[in-house]
Amino acid sequence: MVTSMRVQADRDVCIGAGMCVMTADRVFDQDDDGIVVVATPDVPVGEQEQVRRAVALCPSGALRIVAE
Amino acid sequence: MYLRRDGLDPAHELGDARESASVHRMVTVFGVPAYVVTRYADVKNALADYERFSNRRPSWPGLLNSPAPPDGADDQREADTAGGLLATDPPDHTRLRRMLSPEFTVRRMNQLEPRVVDIVEQHLDAMEDAGPPADLVAQFALPIPSLVICELLGVPYEERDGFQRRSTRQLDLALPIPERMELALQGRAYMRSLVERARREPGDDILGTLVRKYGDDVTDPELTGIGALLLLAGHETTSNMLALGTLALLEHTEQLAAVRDTPDAVGPAVEELLRYLSVVQTAIPRMTTTDVEIDGVTIPARQLVLLSMPVGNRDPRFIESPDTLDIRRGEPGHLAFGHGVHHCLGAPLARMEMRIAYPALLRRFPRLRLVDDVSEVQFKKTHFIYGVRSLGVRW
Repeated sequence: MVTSMRVQADRDVCIGAGMCVMTADRVFDQDDDGIVVVATPDVPVGEQEQVRRAVALCPSGALRIVAE
Repeated sequence: MYLRRDGLDPAHELGDARESASVHRMVTVFGVPAYVVTRYADVKNALADYERFSNRRPSWPGLLNSPAPPDGADDQREADTAGGLLATDPPDHTRLRRMLSPEFTVRRMNQLEPRVVDIVEQHLDAMEDAGPPADLVAQFALPIPSLVICELLGVPYEERDGFQRRSTRQLDLALPIPERMELALQGRAYMRSLVERARREPGDDILGTLVRKYGDDVTDPELTGIGALLLLAGHETTSNMLALGTLALLEHTEQLAAVRDTPDAVGPAVEELLRYLSVVQTAIPRMTTTDVEIDGVTIPARQLVLLSMPVGNRDPRFIESPDTLDIRRGEPGHLAFGHGVHHCLGAPLARMEMRIAYPALLRRFPRLRLVDDVSEVQFKKTHFIYGVRSLGVRW
């Protein structure tokens, strides 16, 4: 079954640790200040597991899965 | 007790303590009572909860970057602790951290990587030219991260005798507190001179970049605090991991061979070594801002809480067979870099240095081995950051 997933980032909370980019670099990026940018908010099925990992790993708690 | 180790492992009493209860009340090496938290989930939750577990605390002896105020002078204390990322909570912390996060992005680390490769190769050349035996700490594990952080920050590496000696002594909890505070003040005074120079002639390094970008929005004491912390942290973390990690691999020869021969094994191996060795003994002590309950124990407000990353990282609730080194699992959810807003700023740099240095060392010297039996190795038993004093190797 194909399910959709949407991920959101709170750029005010982000501390720029880069764990999300390390974990799922096709979905997350960092701007020049190191702050998270969600490059692919609608997460392709193949990336969903990695995105769940990234959300759990995020030190500042800036990432949220909003719809699944 | 909460610092105790047995070689590469946390003392088994600490594991037993964790299995009996997550929270233990004990007296710290400074004679101050504290609560020690040992289970993975509780350590992680407390690290994330800066509102109830604060890094700001009344002056208290022996902490990393916050010497006590001489004669209680508040202005002096302010000047001596400004820029201390580890002694602030949001929003003050957020402002300082955001100045630095551009310097440690994944992209920036990728740009820096070729220079780190050069530095590693230079040190391997020097070891090879001098011939065995070598002290892996003095010839490899310490100088590589030291030179990297000096170039990054804008610290003259030729002056390393002073700051290398200070940084290791500053974190030795066995030294008298006044002596360690004096070392911290000397470190700040040295950094202050570098900040003043960066104000006059800002270079391309971090101090120069902050001066150009923020001008008067960042004070000299803040820059001094940031610089002193980065210099200290840049010396005492990765260097201990490089030496201790090599020792751990030498004790597990099949895994050593995988790190040496299989490029894809290196990234996961670095995560596992970080978890298994967890060199930072505890998080910076937190102070409870209110009564908090952990695992059925109520910790009253204004109590010190020590969050044990080494013991949490060996929690069987977190990972199977936690006392076994298994580089194949490569679990990055360990607590070795902390968690929450104070999660190690230099983590991407440390990971990159380790990913380059371990395999380069093992490829250059495929027959690397210890000079003495492992039982002879001198561990830094009283340091805030665990490691070995020296590591004699031949090849």
